[in-house]
Amino acid sequence: MEAAATLAAGGLTVTVMEKTDHLGGHLADWYHLFPDRRPGREVLQLLTKRVQEGASVLLNCDVTDIERNKEGFVIHTRQHPPVEAQALLVATGFDLFEVRKKEEYGYGIYDNIITSAELEKMLSGGQPLLTTRGTVPRRVGFVHCVGSRDAKAGNLYCSRVCCITAVKQAIEIRERLPQAEVFSFYMDLRMYGMGFEELYKEAQEKWAVNFIRGRLSEAFENQDGTLMLKVEDTLTARPLRMNVDLLVLMAGMVPSAGTKEISRMLGLELEESRFIRPRDRHMSPNRTNIPGVFIAGSCTAPMSVADTIADARGAAVEIMTSPPAPLLERRGEKGVRS
Amino acid sequence: MINFGYTINTDRQIDYDNNDRRIAAFLSEHEPTFRICISCGTCTATCSAGNFTYFNLREMIVMLKRGETRQLKEDVTKCMLCGKCQMACPRGVNTRNLILSIHRAIERFEQP
Amino acid sequence: MSFDFFVLPFFLGLLALLAMLGVRYGRWIKGMDAADKALIRDGIWSARSLGALKEVFMESLLHRKMFKRNILLGYMHMSFAFGWFMLILTGNIESRIYSKVHVNPPYYPIFLKFFVHDKRVMTFELTSVPGVFRFLMDLFLALILSGLVLAFIKRAYSNWFGLKRTTHHTLFDRMAITTLWLVFPLRLLAESFTAGQYLGGGFLTNHLGMFFARFLPVEHLSYPAWWAYSIALGIFFVTLPYSRFMHIPTEVLLIFLRHWGVKAKKEFNNVSEIEVYSCPRCGVCLDTCQVFAVKQNGTPPVYYLRSIRENKISEEVTYDCLLCGRCEAFCPVGIDNNLLRQSQRIKLMSQVDGSYGYLPAINGQAAEVAYFAGCMTHLTPQIWRAVVTLFDQAGVRYRFVDKDGTVCCGRPLMMAGNVTRARQLINHNKETIRNTACTTLVTSCPICYKIFREEYDFGIEVLHHSQYLLRLQQEDRLTLSHSGMTVVYHDPCELGRGSGVYDEPRQLLRQIATLTEGADSREEALCCGGSLGNTEISNTQRDEITVRTLNSLLVNHPEAIITACPLCKKTFAKQAEVPVMDIAEMLAGKKILRDTMFDVRFSKF
Repeated sequence: MEAAATLAAGGLTVTVMEKTDHLGGHLADWYHLFPDRRPGREVLQLLTKRVQEGASVLLNCDVTDIERNKEGFVIHTRQHPPVEAQALLVATGFDLFEVRKKEEYGYGIYDNIITSAELEKMLSGGQPLLTTRGTVPRRVGFVHCVGSRDAKAGNLYCSRVCCITAVKQAIEIRERLPQAEVFSFYMDLRMYGMGFEELYKEAQEKWAVNFIRGRLSEAFENQDGTLMLKVEDTLTARPLRMNVDLLVLMAGMVPSAGTKEISRMLGLELEESRFIRPRDRHMSPNRTNIPGVFIAGSCTAPMSVADTIADARGAAVEIMTSPPAPLLERRGEKGVRS
Repeated sequence: MINFGYTINTDRQIDYDNNDRRIAAFLSEHEPTFRICISCGTCTATCSAGNFTYFNLREMIVMLKRGETRQLKEDVTKCMLCGKCQMACPRGVNTRNLILSIHRAIERFEQP
Repeated sequence: MSFDFFVLPFFLGLLALLAMLGVRYGRWIKGMDAADKALIRDGIWSARSLGALKEVFMESLLHRKMFKRNILLGYMHMSFAFGWFMLILTGNIESRIYSKVHVNPPYYPIFLKFFVHDKRVMTFELTSVPGVFRFLMDLFLALILSGLVLAFIKRAYSNWFGLKRTTHHTLFDRMAITTLWLVFPLRLLAESFTAGQYLGGGFLTNHLGMFFARFLPVEHLSYPAWWAYSIALGIFFVTLPYSRFMHIPTEVLLIFLRHWGVKAKKEFNNVSEIEVYSCPRCGVCLDTCQVFAVKQNGTPPVYYLRSIRENKISEEVTYDCLLCGRCEAFCPVGIDNNLLRQSQRIKLMSQVDGSYGYLPAINGQAAEVAYFAGCMTHLTPQIWRAVVTLFDQAGVRYRFVDKDGTVCCGRPLMMAGNVTRARQLINHNKETIRNTACTTLVTSCPICYKIFREEYDFGIEVLHHSQYLLRLQQEDRLTLSHSGMTVVYHDPCELGRGSGVYDEPRQLLRQIATLTEGADSREEALCCGGSLGNTEISNTQRDEITVRTLNSLLVNHPEAIITACPLCKKTFAKQAEVPVMDIAEMLAGKKILRDTMFDVRFSKF
């Protein structure tokens, strides 16, 4: 959306082709954004306004084929007439790791296990946070790196944003459940951005969130429905047994199905992680192996909302400063959202 | 060297330079995944032997890398070689071959 | 008596060979333990020897298993083995027609056409006895030569023979096979040149001889040809005990030993050595070996057994084997490759005791069925949950022996060659399970299943959960309903080839789904790649093995892969694009699935 708005402001004709019935992708699902915890909806509204000012938007696009011709591209969908463009920006985003695959963590097997994304929705919904037994959770556990940094899940990479999200959500739980204890089980705490380390300190200092360095091997269900966790407390070098009432799994990011589909159609090169490979990570992070096809956002790597917006601006500039046709006559195209 | 009137208590410290790191070097060569362990502790958490006794593979690997091998021979024979650790390791460390290589290294370097 | 100096290379070579074989076989048998010697003594004069003779005929001569694999391959091997055998046999009988004495030296029938010139032209005359023999001798020679032509063709077009990869032989083996390949053309030339002079041959040698006589001085060429033939035979004989062709007599010995009940054991003994020497290095195992498919090393038995024979065993290669057993399933000689590999591991592993004093005290609790989930099953909890749910449904009185943590069954240690420590765990688990006073032990892990059956010596019935669940269904204690899905069943190595259980899981599955087969199934099933048997292979190589196996399983486009092993399930689930479930999970169906908390509380939003 940011790219479309910037491109339009630069004088290009932009069509946003969105797969679902609403713009914004996962942004619509987030409650508050780190590190300053402003509402995600606010950002979405600001972006939407800017897009609607400058670009035309097509919703519900099922892309069936992308044709190449001398001019550029023709995108065929089931729902709309073919769209012509001289450049394509692929911004097909990410999907969340299917946490059912980590069977030993018990999602869908035991009660009271949710993903980080589900927790965001619950917080947005404003409903009271209760276990399936209807009780107020006294202990909440967060499991970092579910589906990320995991050779057995097929994803070696780090999903970047889950650590800070976990810290944020730990605070949010403590705000709502002042009687609850919160534990975060991590391998590392990747507080890479401005304000992140500060949030981590606040989580410890103000909210008494407990951080345990150890990666969960298994979760079990006790007779009374609470969950028993098996983890090594590496900093004391001793195995830890603990019961929690609610377990939140920090699901990693994987390339979306739309990314896979569009990459296949266009012949885009992928990294080993299956994200789209940029031409050059330093100097051309928004170009691909196909001339005229640009990329932005989490279809290239896991990134936060702030990172995505910055990356989108970079992509827009890249497009605007590309030859061959003069600026004003060019028709740019934002790609399909998944 | 000037005598300041006190001695350094050496019991607790890891005297890295004077430690015998031959076993670690052997392991690093014969089982290259020894190098990629990030000490997350999943192996120790899931360990079958760990249900019954103190057996900490993560700690063993870190200690080996530091050259702290005093307890090694006694500890490593607790492993039942069941393979749960290898199945759980997120980095793909070949833990079972590591255990077998430790046995071979102990024999080679004749640890007491 | 007929004699010429040219027979000496053959004769002396033969004597040397017989002496060497006598010494070698004598030592092997003498060095066997008393029990095996008793088996031999009892077996020699029993009907089992007839069975052995039949197998020698069907396999060593006719190569029936090879024919099943590929017709051209079988024909090629058969032509040499059966053809040569018949040449010798028929030649011996034929020589009695012409000889004046009852007992002839061995070279007489071999070089009969040199010593006897039966000038009556009997090219196709089948009415007289000599005529029939004349015909047969040339027929068998032609058979061998047709095989020789195929052998040549196989060098360039091995895939016609069903072999993608062929053995890379040692220099010595190549010399040996060269002499073998020369033997029969030389025989053909010698007999033909002689026939060209005297017309004493059959349909092949006579015509060829007459053809040569037109433009070659056959009278001068025949004697050198006989010399060459004899030398080729002589060299072949003396190189035989040191080459792959040692398998010719040794596999016959092996067949007899097997029929008498003498088997190779876990520790490398003389019978193991006999198996090693029985390997013909045919190379059929190369295409079957999944490790070889991804790394082209010395793992396949053709190379590994050679390394044992040459005493150049690599520790790395010894441990770089999945112990999947595919090579055993395809081996035409039926060599116990897994056993031999493990025997070397036992030699390489120091048999130090494990420190297992920490294993918990055994407390008993009576039950009908002891359920041993297995270590790996704890990482795939849906499997034990499904089994337990079905047990509850059927009203089984069971004790979940390893609910709070498994004492490993011991097979991973056993596979690694650590017999001593495996025994310690076995003894502990035996006591635990005996104390449950159960009559049946059910396990979810084929690895545990195999060792429970082979090493534990319980006296208790041991079943895999697929077998027990089938029994419950047959006793009407479980009712099953068809899922409407089309699935493929994957045979786990340890359950299928390892324990011979192929049918019960399929019988059970067919009642709840439409069953398809993968491209390789049952005895030929591919290993998932997760094997605990291989400690050397890298993760990338394992993944490659898994992908190939998945491709084979999914040829008929099933909706899901059903397996009976937690390790297979975990290994496949990592890369499969279709759901992977254990057979128990599929049976339990929706009963073990739970709505997530999100679904229960918040999905309205």
